[in-house]
Amino acid sequence: MRSIIYLVIGIFFGIVLFKSEAASWFRIYEMFRFGSFHMYGIIGSAVVLGSISIQLIKRNNINSFYGESITISPKERSVARYLIGGILFGLGWALAGACPGPMFVLLGAGYVPIIVAILSAILGTFLYGVLKEKLPH
Amino acid sequence: MYDPWPWYVSGPLMTLVMVTLLLIGKRFGMSSNLRTMCTICGAGKVSDFFRFDWKAQRWNLIVITGIIIGGFIASNFLSSDTSVDLNPEVISDLQSKGFVSAGESYMPEQLFSNDAFTNPKSLLMLIIGGLLVGFGARYAGGCTSGHAISGLSDLQLPSLIAVIGFFIGGLVMIHFIFPLIF
Repeated sequence: MRSIIYLVIGIFFGIVLFKSEAASWFRIYEMFRFGSFHMYGIIGSAVVLGSISIQLIKRNNINSFYGESITISPKERSVARYLIGGILFGLGWALAGACPGPMFVLLGAGYVPIIVAILSAILGTFLYGVLKEKLPH
Repeated sequence: MYDPWPWYVSGPLMTLVMVTLLLIGKRFGMSSNLRTMCTICGAGKVSDFFRFDWKAQRWNLIVITGIIIGGFIASNFLSSDTSVDLNPEVISDLQSKGFVSAGESYMPEQLFSNDAFTNPKSLLMLIIGGLLVGFGARYAGGCTSGHAISGLSDLQLPSLIAVIGFFIGGLVMIHFIFPLIF
């Protein structure tokens, strides 16, 4: 039963990513050229509504449907890992024009070469795991 | 519905996805799946980072399977015209760089039609882009969903630093590296 819920959430999110054009390489390029408000509007409205929602959840101590309390664990304090990791991610995001969610949307939409980017992203994740101890965090 | 959805519809729907996941006890984060896939492929033999019970992440793999199906449904049954209505200045800039399908398609032809498999430059863009996305997301501890949407919504400083990093990287790629390669 829960599996069906996860599948439905995924299908819904996939449709939103495609129809919003957030999965379009061109929209990412345009965003970094400051050519349109579109992507900023998507991320901005999602964050504003998201922060209101999370505040409401916290202030009213709302539990999940299964009775567990909802806590978002605070991220560990650091600047280096977020900044360096973020910059590397941003370079790739702009080059491939897709982040991890949209990569899978594009696969479903039939843009077959995205499989190259997906396999490379899995390899990149693997390389991080191998090099983790040697990197500044 | 068959036209592209405006930002003020799409953004709130993404919040809905994040909040729904929270309400069923899960956390929004797509790049975690890449780590899970490494673990399933046996990466735990090489690094502790991949030694965890991947079955606890099975739900997220189901979400990403749904995303693939969602992409198929949206492009085949919910779209009459998938061309992206870009800023005209961006279109002429892209066309001068050889992206002739700018403004007329959803994705650039040379990168995402099957011709890309025989075009070394396109292949390199996809490979290097993918490597950086995978490596950077794990290094930074999250991607656009985990940091830019969830983390910023939870007003977490690390997520703000990561998102600033995303933008520094993206701006450097488009404004300084693209002019060198196109």
